[in-house]
Amino acid sequence: MYEQFKARAEGVGAEVYRFKDREGALAFILPFLHEEGGAAPPHSCAVWAESPFLEGLDREPLREVAGIRFEVSREAAAAARVGITQAEWALADTGTLVQDQTAVEQRLASSLTDIHIALLPTGNIIPDKIALLSKIDPRASRYIAFITGPSRTADIERVLTIGVHGPERLVIVCVDDMGGPAR
Amino acid sequence: MKKEFRESIGRAVGNATLTGALGKFSEAYKVNRAKAYEGIDFEALRSTIAERKSHAAANLELLAETFANNAEALGAKVFRTNDPEQVKEYILKVAQAHDVKSVVKSKSMATEEIHLNAFLEKAGIAVGETDLGEWIIQLAGQKPSHMVMPAIHMTKEEVADLFSKEVDERIENDIPRLVKVARKELRAKFLKADMGISGANIAVAETGSLVLVTNEGNARLVTTLPKVHVALVGIEKLVERFDDIVPILTALPRSATAQLLTSYVSIISGPTPTTDGALKDLHIVLMDNRRSEMANDPKFKQALQCIRCGSCLNVCPIFRLVGGHVFGSIYTGGIGTILTAWFEELHNSEDIQGLCIQCGNCKEICPGKLDIPEMIMEIRRRLVMEKGQPLAQKAIFGIVNNRALFHGMLRAASIAGKPFNSGGFIRHLPLFLSDLTDGRSLPAIAAEPFRDRFPTIQQPADCRETAVFFAGCLIDFAYPEMGEALVRIMNRAGIRVVFPEAQTCCGAPARYSGAYEVAGQNAMDNIQALLADQAEYVVSACPTCTVALAHEFGDTLESLGHREWLPQATALAEKTVDFSTLVKRLVDAGRLTLKEGQQLGALTYHDSCHLKRTLRATEPPRELLRAAGYEVKEMFECDMCCGMGGSYSMKLPELSAPILQRKLHNIKETGAPVVAMDCPGCVMQIRGGFDQDRADVKVKHTVELLAERLES
Repeated sequence: MYEQFKARAEGVGAEVYRFKDREGALAFILPFLHEEGGAAPPHSCAVWAESPFLEGLDREPLREVAGIRFEVSREAAAAARVGITQAEWALADTGTLVQDQTAVEQRLASSLTDIHIALLPTGNIIPDKIALLSKIDPRASRYIAFITGPSRTADIERVLTIGVHGPERLVIVCVDDMGGPAR
Repeated sequence: MKKEFRESIGRAVGNATLTGALGKFSEAYKVNRAKAYEGIDFEALRSTIAERKSHAAANLELLAETFANNAEALGAKVFRTNDPEQVKEYILKVAQAHDVKSVVKSKSMATEEIHLNAFLEKAGIAVGETDLGEWIIQLAGQKPSHMVMPAIHMTKEEVADLFSKEVDERIENDIPRLVKVARKELRAKFLKADMGISGANIAVAETGSLVLVTNEGNARLVTTLPKVHVALVGIEKLVERFDDIVPILTALPRSATAQLLTSYVSIISGPTPTTDGALKDLHIVLMDNRRSEMANDPKFKQALQCIRCGSCLNVCPIFRLVGGHVFGSIYTGGIGTILTAWFEELHNSEDIQGLCIQCGNCKEICPGKLDIPEMIMEIRRRLVMEKGQPLAQKAIFGIVNNRALFHGMLRAASIAGKPFNSGGFIRHLPLFLSDLTDGRSLPAIAAEPFRDRFPTIQQPADCRETAVFFAGCLIDFAYPEMGEALVRIMNRAGIRVVFPEAQTCCGAPARYSGAYEVAGQNAMDNIQALLADQAEYVVSACPTCTVALAHEFGDTLESLGHREWLPQATALAEKTVDFSTLVKRLVDAGRLTLKEGQQLGALTYHDSCHLKRTLRATEPPRELLRAAGYEVKEMFECDMCCGMGGSYSMKLPELSAPILQRKLHNIKETGAPVVAMDCPGCVMQIRGGFDQDRADVKVKHTVELLAERLES
């Protein structure tokens, strides 16, 4: 399932990585942010919207080391290079991430930034939309977002161009063992 | 046809940028779409969509009410109206109540339909389109030329000029750079906008949800950043259940842009928190604007199954020549013609309905299973009912309806046409008469029509079956040798051919012009003539005639109220078969053998529209030609219309000609010295084309090629 998801997501321009646990994922994310950094206070390098991944983690060193902000206002998101959110589900057949983004911070971090890092519990990759139906409920989740690759357009001369209004890069970080109560 | 309309066609066809971009796109689209649908049972998928959407269309009132109740329970405000004026007033009122100065919009055809932007701007509100294509169009002050790709008619140079003016800085013609400019310019607008306006691709009654499908991410910003969100939804977007979104989301991106899924799908159910912590003010306007009236019309209710993917435009041989602006309205192409006739007025579709060549490409790929050609024919029929036929057409069909006079004139034409006969080609016969009157075409009518030759043909006495041959006007009066070849083949299989003299025009030209009374008379005359003899088969070597006999007589007569004719129409339909299908059956049954072991070289095969898409006979002619010893080398777009379209090539020669040129090019590209086809109309068009082109390609009807290869 993971392999199909990875192939489909990469097919539409996403970057897909897989790590055993949170430590492994952080060991990827922090140098990534450092490389993409360049933002000095008051601008953050990255905004990280509330996610199960963060539960139990000491956030203070992250703020200092990587310039991450966990308070996602529209100004912070608009100024940040990277936004981090956590998807609940992924669809293998189309390479799609699915996330309840009712909380506005989740949308800001994943739509205003240049790069969107999406965390994903590897075990939550499911076959397709039909499998998803029993897992989402629009009455409980007011804003369900499907994200498939980076923002794209072909409106000028049908030439595919990445990064119109949304992120120009989608980096998917699959984590096999989220630890804690991750869904 | 209005003069301005004709001129707009001329401008479009002469615009190399437009035809180049559309042509390239349509060629790539076909391949990419097929790839996107790999592993998916398209027929099953579209049956599901058609079933769910037609169920919704039959229950619009209930679904709208359910949707409104559910969305309101979640905190949205729902406004329902039939009247576009009320839609605009309502949205303005909401804007004024919130002291809105600027609006950002994501793509919405419904807002275009009611010209919302102009209305809000007149009230002093700045309205910014944010879909890149829509923004380009807005800056250019134009209308979208394509439902999904609004600016497909523009070059990057034109876009660079527009953007340079907008940002007051010279911007180079580099597409990624242009996109960056749009991102930056529009980002500022997003952040300061007071209101977001969107459409919706689906509205789910069961949950009160809106589903938005985009690639750029603008809809996410439009629905997230401003405090107020207004969604304008045409009620045809309603579906009953939440799981109805699955088939639509499976088909829409694949059919629209050949994607497995768009970058973003947003499912919004009720107001969500805004960045200042309060709940968004969400207004959903359910607009009818004659949609429920359409749902109650037996011929047009299927139009509500449309999911607005625009694939009917992408495969249309006419659209790729003229683009969307020729249509003069918001909705373009085949589906646009139908929506214009309803959302505006029937007579607004009078000119544009004539653009449809009835090739049937759109029907094949429509994910909502709409029969667009059929609905356009119905528009023609209603226009004729309302306004009567054009005078010249009426005069012609008056003749066609009188077989003796009609055939008499055809004979006369063969004599009158003689001096001009040097390589001249006639058009679809019943209408060539008007050519005679304006002296435009050079008829090449056979000196001796098939009906005169037939009695002299010696047929074997020991035939065990009988076939009634329906020649059709073209074989009868222009290509009698095709009829003779058919008789030879039938005889060899032990079938005696009879040719009822009273047969007349199949009525297709009249029907396709909306003149159903004429077509009905033709149908009745032919039914009587063709059922008079006891026969196992009624065979024709013209697919258009075959379709008329096998599929259309009943429908024509029924729509005229002549139900008493239906049993006979059915009896005729059941016996009717096209030439290649019948011959394939005879060969398979061992009743007919072709000379074996022949190496006749390469030929390429052109699929005629009616044979492929109505009669579904693509393989029989190819298999027969292979069996006869030909190597079939497929041409690019082998099943694309040749541009003949009956009287179409006469009414719109400026469109027919470039379609033909493309066909000739594709034939020549194969390098095959022969092109075969099963339709005498296509033979006339393509032979006429090669005659002008002077290329050394033989154009043959399959019947002629097979008659040469009979085992003696």
